Amino acid sequence: MVRIGVISVQGDVSEHLISAKRAMEDFGIVGEVVAVRRLRDIEGVDALIIPGGESTTISRIMKREGLMDRIRELHEERDIPIMGTCAGCIILAKEARDGEVDGLKLMDMRVRRNAFGRQRESFETSVEVEGFDSPFHAVFIRAPIIEAIWGRCRAIAKLNDRIVGAVDGRKIALTFHPELTSDYRFHRMFLEMI
Amino acid sequence: MPKEIELDKLRYGTELLKRGFAKMQKGGVIMDVTNAEQAGIAEDAGAVAVMALEKVPADIRSQGGVARMADPKKIQEIMDAVTIPVMAKCRIGHFVEAQALEALGVDMIDESEVLTPADPFYHIDKRKFKVPFVCGCRNLGEAVRRIWEGAAMIRTKGEAGTGNVVEAVRHMRIVMGSIEHLSRLGDDELYILAEEYTQSYAKSAQQILGREIDGNTPVFGEYLYDDIKEEIFGILKEIRQIKRLPVVNFAAGGIATPADAALMMQLGSDGVFVGSGIFKSSDPEKRARAIVEAVAHFDEPEVIAEVSKDIGEAMPGLEIKSLEVKLQERGW
Repeated sequence: MVRIGVISVQGDVSEHLISAKRAMEDFGIVGEVVAVRRLRDIEGVDALIIPGGESTTISRIMKREGLMDRIRELHEERDIPIMGTCAGCIILAKEARDGEVDGLKLMDMRVRRNAFGRQRESFETSVEVEGFDSPFHAVFIRAPIIEAIWGRCRAIAKLNDRIVGAVDGRKIALTFHPELTSDYRFHRMFLEMI
Repeated sequence: MPKEIELDKLRYGTELLKRGFAKMQKGGVIMDVTNAEQAGIAEDAGAVAVMALEKVPADIRSQGGVARMADPKKIQEIMDAVTIPVMAKCRIGHFVEAQALEALGVDMIDESEVLTPADPFYHIDKRKFKVPFVCGCRNLGEAVRRIWEGAAMIRTKGEAGTGNVVEAVRHMRIVMGSIEHLSRLGDDELYILAEEYTQSYAKSAQQILGREIDGNTPVFGEYLYDDIKEEIFGILKEIRQIKRLPVVNFAAGGIATPADAALMMQLGSDGVFVGSGIFKSSDPEKRARAIVEAVAHFDEPEVIAEVSKDIGEAMPGLEIKSLEVKLQERGW
């Protein structure tokens, strides 16, 4: 019985709740997906998803709730798998350029917010992903990029020469939104880390 | 082995990107601001986006006259001041103001009844734009027409600039109640409803053309009456199936306190717009933070009680019956 928690303070939470559930069904994994809004919701969670949304807003509320500290503890104690998409990717990074976000700092990477520009520069395209046998259709919305990685963090998805996906141990960061499409290959990668 | 792919084949301004942008705002508070300083306060308080305006609705209401798109210089200042998305308002039907706002690079356009309508017949054909739109509604018919026209987000109209939440509650309850009602309708009844909702376009076309229209008459741009009806039928079927609007549904118009915001969330809103409610109050910074907290914890009474303490005076409210102009009656 696996329990996936989705940080549910702001952003496209219901899309993540639904896609995590569908991915589990597709892969025949027995378990549940729960919304994590308060500190008490996080106990008993085997893995976490941090959704897309506004990284400034999500990180502020997570901090006030005490979720930041608790997640760092769960990382230290059990190295729980965490997948962050877009805002979630920013919150996972050790460094975020343009200061506003005080995140979890769990992945050896530096991200730049709104790296492609404003909403009019948002786009859909196919990206090649390490280990996938066909490209992944990725939706980038005011997306960040991963500017630099170091340590054991490695790039798994690139758009031309820009890093748009990275893995560091049991943490996955994606600058796009797999929860907005119905391709669950990243969810499979994530579920396999549990 | 992965096939060669064209990495430069990027698609912009698609329905998925527009609706996706709106989804990222869920559970958040979008605040009206009139300058860079206010935008900074909103961002620091945890707003997910700001609405750049020259005047907040309360001032538009008290000053009267024709309200238009804000000065692009003003909007640009606000865009330069914050890293969160910036929205701006254009008049109902004023597609040139919308083109200008798109060119400026705002992240979302509010085709808003708070400004004076520019077209007595038609709302903007929002599918022609790459920038996403949000539109107000008082009922499911207005919501469905705006969605058909390409809106990526719907909000209640409420009654802007009053600090009185009653109209936002009315509109949210009516939309939610109508969605609930759809689940009891068969396809035949749903089709009749689609026909009813499409009448608004037929009426406008009749007035413009000065003759009766039929199924093959273009009644909104190049779109034929019958085609619109079928597509609206499709949207209604989707709503019946998913038991909600197919786009994000926010509350707006009269929200003045943390409890107002939480009330709208408990009624099923995906998030809230706060217009005059913040910067017309006595302590905008505290109130902005409190409203953000209240939306994040909308179903926790202890939190609502806590954040509502000592946040200064709310904006002065207006009784709806006393209003000379009801902004919500603009648009159809």
